[in-house]
Amino acid sequence: MERSWNSWLWLGFLVVLAGLLTYVPIFARFPITRDFPWVNLLLLAIGLSLIGAGLFRAFGRPQLYRGRIFGSFLALLAVVGTGLFCWGLLVMARQLPASAGAPRVGQKAPQFTLVDQDNKPVELADLLKPQEGKPGGALLIFYRGYW
Amino acid sequence: MRSFQQRLADFDARGIRVVAISVDTPEVNLPHRQKLGVTFPLLSDPKAEVIRQYDLLHAGAGPDHSDISRPAEFLIDPTGTVRWANLTESFTVRARPDQVLEAFDQIKR
Repeated sequence: MERSWNSWLWLGFLVVLAGLLTYVPIFARFPITRDFPWVNLLLLAIGLSLIGAGLFRAFGRPQLYRGRIFGSFLALLAVVGTGLFCWGLLVMARQLPASAGAPRVGQKAPQFTLVDQDNKPVELADLLKPQEGKPGGALLIFYRGYW
Repeated sequence: MRSFQQRLADFDARGIRVVAISVDTPEVNLPHRQKLGVTFPLLSDPKAEVIRQYDLLHAGAGPDHSDISRPAEFLIDPTGTVRWANLTESFTVRARPDQVLEAFDQIKR
């Protein structure tokens, strides 16, 4: 009798890949799926479960299901990928400097002049000049940059 | 930053000027700004001088171990005083526009 290719293993691996590769281009764009990557963790959990179930039947009923060797290989890749993903987002992303000297509420913000995307100088003092009839102020968003 | 762009009208209505600051050069910022679709200025601090002044330097965290800014947001009032600040614990977690607008509306004037 022809042995089954054990589609759970492949499907599970595809779901794990989707879980790993969709965070940056898709789910990081929306605060609700970025702050805590629950969609991606859910995909990874589903994928790993499918691979686990596939491996279980590959080893349990090898006369019916293939996958003892390639299944183990896919499982290893999936586990390593998931481990790196979790480490990156849940551990490495928190390795930020303490910034104990950053200006606090009630303190004066250091003045600056920086150039914008068109090389035009922008001064904090100018940003703070109130517009007519509006309370005014400035929001400074410091970000990691684009690369 | 896209989320702030989406709420920019609410910031404009209060007279709050939004700017974003990083070590990226204007040459990087010009196309990046178009790609992001934001209309507020992207300011360039390539030597991280202002980023250091604000104690936000994240040494070696950029490409090829270059120095970059850690994410942080500050709301400054017209007298130059910080009225609200957010120093995130994880670079995946950023301030949301509603947090800032709420903080602004609670300032006693």
